[in-house]
Amino acid sequence: MGSHGITDKVAIVGMACTKFGEHWNLGTDELLLQAVEGAFASAGVGRADVDAYWLGTAQSGMSGLLLSRPLRVRDKPVTRVENFCASGSEALRQAAYAVSSGAYDVAMAVGVEKMKDSGFQGANAFPIPSDGTNRTVTAAAMYSMIVPAYAKRYGVEVDDVKQALARVASKNHANGARNERAQFRKEMSVEQLLGMPRIAGELSVFDCAGVADGAAAAVVVRAEDAHEYTQTPLYVKALSFVVGDGSGVSDPDYDFTTFPEVVLSAQDAYRQAGLTDPRTQLAMAEVHDCFTPTELVLMEDLGFCARGTAWKEELAGSFELDGDLPVNPDGGLKSFGHPVGASGLRMMFEAWLQLRGEAPEERRISTYGKRNLALTHNLGGYPGEMVSFVSILGTEGPRD
Amino acid sequence: MHGIIGFGGYVPYRRLDLSTVADVAGGGGRKGTRSVASFDEDATTMAVEAARVARRRSPDVPVESVWFATVAPPYLDKTNATVVQAALRLPEETGAYDLVGSVRGAMGALRAAAAQSGPSLAVAADVRTGLAGGPDEAYFGDGAAALILGAGDQGAVLAELGPWVSVSGEFVDRWRVPGEQRSRVWEERFGEVRYGELGAEALGRLWKAGGIGPDEVDHLIVTGTHGRACRAVAQRAKVPAERLVDDLASAVGNTGAAHPFLVLTDLLERAEPGRTIVLLVLADGAEALVLRTTAALASARPSSATVAAQVAGGGAVSYGRYLSWRGILPVEPPRRPEPARTSSAAAGRSVPWKFGFEGSRSPDGSVHLPPLPDEGQLESMAEHRGTVTTFTIDKLSYTPSPPMVFAVVDFDGGGRLPVELTDADAAEVQVGDRVEMTFRRLSTADGIHNYFWKARPCRGGDD
Repeated sequence: MGSHGITDKVAIVGMACTKFGEHWNLGTDELLLQAVEGAFASAGVGRADVDAYWLGTAQSGMSGLLLSRPLRVRDKPVTRVENFCASGSEALRQAAYAVSSGAYDVAMAVGVEKMKDSGFQGANAFPIPSDGTNRTVTAAAMYSMIVPAYAKRYGVEVDDVKQALARVASKNHANGARNERAQFRKEMSVEQLLGMPRIAGELSVFDCAGVADGAAAAVVVRAEDAHEYTQTPLYVKALSFVVGDGSGVSDPDYDFTTFPEVVLSAQDAYRQAGLTDPRTQLAMAEVHDCFTPTELVLMEDLGFCARGTAWKEELAGSFELDGDLPVNPDGGLKSFGHPVGASGLRMMFEAWLQLRGEAPEERRISTYGKRNLALTHNLGGYPGEMVSFVSILGTEGPRD
Repeated sequence: MHGIIGFGGYVPYRRLDLSTVADVAGGGGRKGTRSVASFDEDATTMAVEAARVARRRSPDVPVESVWFATVAPPYLDKTNATVVQAALRLPEETGAYDLVGSVRGAMGALRAAAAQSGPSLAVAADVRTGLAGGPDEAYFGDGAAALILGAGDQGAVLAELGPWVSVSGEFVDRWRVPGEQRSRVWEERFGEVRYGELGAEALGRLWKAGGIGPDEVDHLIVTGTHGRACRAVAQRAKVPAERLVDDLASAVGNTGAAHPFLVLTDLLERAEPGRTIVLLVLADGAEALVLRTTAALASARPSSATVAAQVAGGGAVSYGRYLSWRGILPVEPPRRPEPARTSSAAAGRSVPWKFGFEGSRSPDGSVHLPPLPDEGQLESMAEHRGTVTTFTIDKLSYTPSPPMVFAVVDFDGGGRLPVELTDADAAEVQVGDRVEMTFRRLSTADGIHNYFWKARPCRGGDD
């Protein structure tokens, strides 16, 4: 019994990510083809070389046919997976396990979401027949509850927390401005951000992730085969997925200043990868900044800083491109938007670029060349009822 | 001796200042206010609230049947009283029946409840509207009241039922076409004369049947469908003027089928023992009955949730918002997907939670809302108060009356629920506020009303 991980057994040998944005002229088919063909080209393989596919999408379609049809694959297993906003990470996780088991030699993980076809702003859940007693509040409102709770628990003024949140947003917008694939490419000053009207609690629209269409894909193989495809593979050091029992929303002891599922998945991942001090060992992290307070809490839950100090670290710029641990160097959900099924793989794509020295110089992480591990963190759900994924990827393989 | 063994009223929180009507509608309104059901209330939810007050005061009475009268039924074909039965957690062997469509139906409900051998609940509730600027808009109000009828061995009789006289009169004075919001009325003098005759006839018969005269009446209540006729009949009844009971017209308005029960409840909440009450209802005839308060009434005097306290405790709603709540002024809906219709099958499995607000208490004492499927004892949290632990104001979520105020509520005795606050002004909500649960209509889709619970600020004094 135990979560053992598959450290150094699997490698990513090719990746691609579409531009994220309002793709009025691209459907799910076109986005999937862009990402999949990009990943084929990146790995130097063709569709005949991939033995099995995992497709993450929350609600852009159902079943493997969503991918097999546009790809015209008629003789392979294609599995659609869904795990809220971590669906893309879940696809990678399944593909990695499949090749590490020996069942397949080459597998592909794909994530896609076509958010902008709904006709409504924001993200809207597919209605499942119910007794009508489900919460009707938006995700923004649920996450907004972090702000007063955090301020209260640590004796910080709400205005200081809001300053820190504006720094999170301005950091991610600054990074996104340097990324051609990002949805929003405009820098935003802290002053501009603090002046925005509130839409949920203390949060403004600019505290929320954008809403974008997009897709991303990765080709995975067994680690020992990686060099057949590329001289610079990314090795899977850890994959952890923790799903809570949802009791936080009805547990009077839960205080909205931490996500226990994230803490557990991070601990599991660090154990798998043998990390003892992620703040100094990681070169970068891509985290799930669906709302600015989410990123604030994640810095503590992922063990990047002590409880109650993330707001100060944000104000000090610790997680900026030139900080000691760059977080969301690609711009995060904040500037990429959040095509639900694609985001987890988009995060890994940034690790792929940064660790392998392919990120453009204007957004290269300060740690490049000094450290070689990246963390991606992808969550779904709400404070108190959440799914959390953590991966650790590295350039150094078992043979190095 | 049969009589009233429980009573409770419900006046919705919002008040419309009727002096603001004319500026918008070009006429209409009057001095004073009327009560206004919130956007998430209907006759059924208000009936539940009134019945909860009555049940809270007489928790041990085993109610065997429910008789629900309203002129504004949320459903036709489908029984509305079963919603009341489910929300009150009355056992499934409880009979639950509607008397729908006319003000007079309330007296039928009372009659039916009084005729039962077991304790019975007569409850009436109405949302009364009328078109903008019209006299009915200012004459009407929204509210509910519940009376529990029974014998002495089923609960202390607080007011004995005496003689009852019914006079039916077939004439068309006030009528409404099914589906319309607006009542129509014949010219006022016709009704005034007819009801004057009917009222006098009924009272004459009542004096004879009861062996009493008007000077032995301590409290005379006259309500009905024709305000001017009610006032005239009361004045001519030879009962001294100071014994005429205030009909709540200036602050609440006429609450339709609920009104006789509401005025009677208000009176019973402050009447002395040993008093003779005459209730006269002028609606398509006349119903007149004698009630005599008992010694037990003195010890049953409620300390909270009285009609008087609710009347005094209202908060303002603007005329524009009132018009939008009633659908008279259609406002732009939130640009969000409208709620999907509730699954009848899922709701049917979920009656204890959805209607009875029952959570589960685990062996370790923790309370789970909704209940865990496989652990603990079901326990209704509907009467538990709670404290706002944190809250947020959501300007994005779909609600007919934005913004949505959403709070995390920790209940006394355990349990937490993130839940919408209602009857709350967003700017005034604070962490630490005390709240109580209230039965509401969350939304309607495909004609199916989604009933569930919300929290509202405790206003009638805490605990």
